Amino acid sequence: MIDFDNWVCPLPLRDYPQIVMGHGGGGKLSNDLVEHLFVPAFHNPMLSSLADGAALAVGGQRLAFSTDSYVVRPLFFPGGSIADLAINGTVNDLAMLGATPLFLSVGMILEEGLPMNTLGSLVDLLATAARIANVQVVTGDTKVVDKGHGDQIYINTSGVGLIPAGIDIAPQNARPGDQILISGTIGDHGMAIMSVREGLEFESPIRSDSAPLNGLVAAMLQCSTNIHVLRDPTRGGVASSLNEIAKSAGVGIALDERQFPVRPEVAAACELLGMDPLYVANEGKLLAIVAPEDADAILETMRQHPLGQDAAIIGEVVSEHRGKVTSRTGIGGTRVVAMQIGEQLPRIC
Amino acid sequence: MKYLTEFRDNDLVQKLLYEIHQITTRPWAMMEVCGGQTHSIIRNGIDQLLPPEIELIHGPGCPVCVTPLETIDKALAIAAQPNVIFCSFGDMLRVPGSDHDLFAVKSQGGDIRIVYSPLDALKVARDNPDKQVVFFGIGFETTAPANAQALVVAKKQGLKNFSMLVSHVLVPPAIEALMQSPTCRVQAFLAAGHVCSVMGYWQYEPLAEKYHVPIVVTGFEPLDVLNGVYHAVLQLEASRHEVENAYSRAVQREGNLPAQKVMQDVFEVCDRTWRGIGMIPQSGWQLNAAYRDMDAAIRFQVGDIHTQESAICRSGEVLQGLIKPHLCPAFGKECTPSKPLGATMVSSEGACAAYYNYGRFIEHEQVAP
Repeated sequence: MIDFDNWVCPLPLRDYPQIVMGHGGGGKLSNDLVEHLFVPAFHNPMLSSLADGAALAVGGQRLAFSTDSYVVRPLFFPGGSIADLAINGTVNDLAMLGATPLFLSVGMILEEGLPMNTLGSLVDLLATAARIANVQVVTGDTKVVDKGHGDQIYINTSGVGLIPAGIDIAPQNARPGDQILISGTIGDHGMAIMSVREGLEFESPIRSDSAPLNGLVAAMLQCSTNIHVLRDPTRGGVASSLNEIAKSAGVGIALDERQFPVRPEVAAACELLGMDPLYVANEGKLLAIVAPEDADAILETMRQHPLGQDAAIIGEVVSEHRGKVTSRTGIGGTRVVAMQIGEQLPRIC
Repeated sequence: MKYLTEFRDNDLVQKLLYEIHQITTRPWAMMEVCGGQTHSIIRNGIDQLLPPEIELIHGPGCPVCVTPLETIDKALAIAAQPNVIFCSFGDMLRVPGSDHDLFAVKSQGGDIRIVYSPLDALKVARDNPDKQVVFFGIGFETTAPANAQALVVAKKQGLKNFSMLVSHVLVPPAIEALMQSPTCRVQAFLAAGHVCSVMGYWQYEPLAEKYHVPIVVTGFEPLDVLNGVYHAVLQLEASRHEVENAYSRAVQREGNLPAQKVMQDVFEVCDRTWRGIGMIPQSGWQLNAAYRDMDAAIRFQVGDIHTQESAICRSGEVLQGLIKPHLCPAFGKECTPSKPLGATMVSSEGACAAYYNYGRFIEHEQVAP
């Protein structure tokens, strides 16, 4: 029984007597929740590694296990839907452990009044996405809540996969000298959603990059056994993922902004809204931190895969400024790429 | 991205940097007035590329940061009222008042919406005739014309459910207040290009003359900022003190006359408190008599809210370049980016936040927490 009267809120949480949107934004507030509330409560070594999923030893095998919930609005957007995100997101979390994703559960919370046609389309899309990702949906659950108590549909997916023998991929494994690779253009998903929400129109619409990355990861693992870290930079973008890695591995990260692949329309939308693509969500991209001697070969392998055509080396792990991420700017200066505090907000000036 | 990438061209940047290194013979402290310029300087690492003799002091020109605590407390009180839709620029949502921010009000059920223009807030008002729609009208002379225009349109269309919480601030009085301080170290100003595109730069001419200080109208892209620095150094090295326009593609001496007209129709000059700095006489705009019925502070009766700025915060001195952030007694203790006391800790580009968070740890590793 939790003693609510005597429960003492840990310091960083005390500033917020209520949950605010930033607690779900993938930045510092989200991290505070994980670090000061969830990890102490459920304390165990599998959880404490704070990877995208847990790696579990079961019998002689190593299982990967992960879960994620999806609450995006609108439900359908250029390049995908909440259904694609729900399948691909969990598949990707498993793939980031080096696992072969196998089985998924799908839990849905439906709001009273959701058109049956909408649900039908989404289930179709879930099935298609699962087929493309080569995973099976083997269990599920449905709940309906009163109108006004949900936002049409929330989807949770959990998944399990097998980690092949000899694979050890975890954020803590980054070490100085490692090269940092990104599998393609950054910021596509977040700006696709923003453009729809804000009614921004560009010559070519920005499409979400939602995609299952297990195929790409398999190809990379075939190419090299020196992949130290994999991470899909979703909420909070590349900046937040790399900050987390720098912190948990106790290393510095030095990026080169000139190497970031960014679509012109995404760059323009970011410019217009005063946002930085480094902090914008991706749903079909991965960061790989790899041993320097294998970096070129892995890059080549990525570029030959349909989901890695725009892959690039964007920086390296360094022994200076531990726990921090810096970036060399377009004009040769240096800036610090900080952990985002809450949600990224459009700037007034 | 045309008209942007040209002003980030690395070759041209390197040439201009070379020129600046060539002409700089002595230490100079100059202030970039606008938060947008500070953002560009930090974002591009411009300060590290300049000669070590040139010190850039980040000015008070982030409208979000200088909005006084009292105004934010008023905004929070209005936004928490039932039947109100409170519209604001996005980055204002995170700025804390006395003990919470607009995000917290939203989490307690307040209807708070991010808009990109006051005209969007007008649309919200038209679409929700049974609600009171309030726009948080903050900013320098840059955002003021659109805010004034929104009020003119609302009046013309008879939109009874629209009002504005106004806390506009003005640049020239702030420059004057800085220069009047006997300890001020600023030797030149890079004036904010977008403010000048509205107001022109004739207002700065008496200031340059009176305080013997060069004022260079400066833009925001790396080449613009460097061009401003270049012209300021040229003047300093030659002991000149003139107003110069290094942003002529956007700025004319007299400014944008139709924009000035609409602002005159709506606003009148008033004294204004700046967060962490204190009251600067005649440094703000409020609604004039003709528009006072659309003043949200009056409509929602929050005039009684009086909040004192922090007594221990020394951001005024930080802004003048008198002390480094970590020498303030509140730094990192009572004052952090999630509980800022002064303007310089509110914005991620503010000198204090930059020190605390990340910013300058490369040069200042020994002082960062």
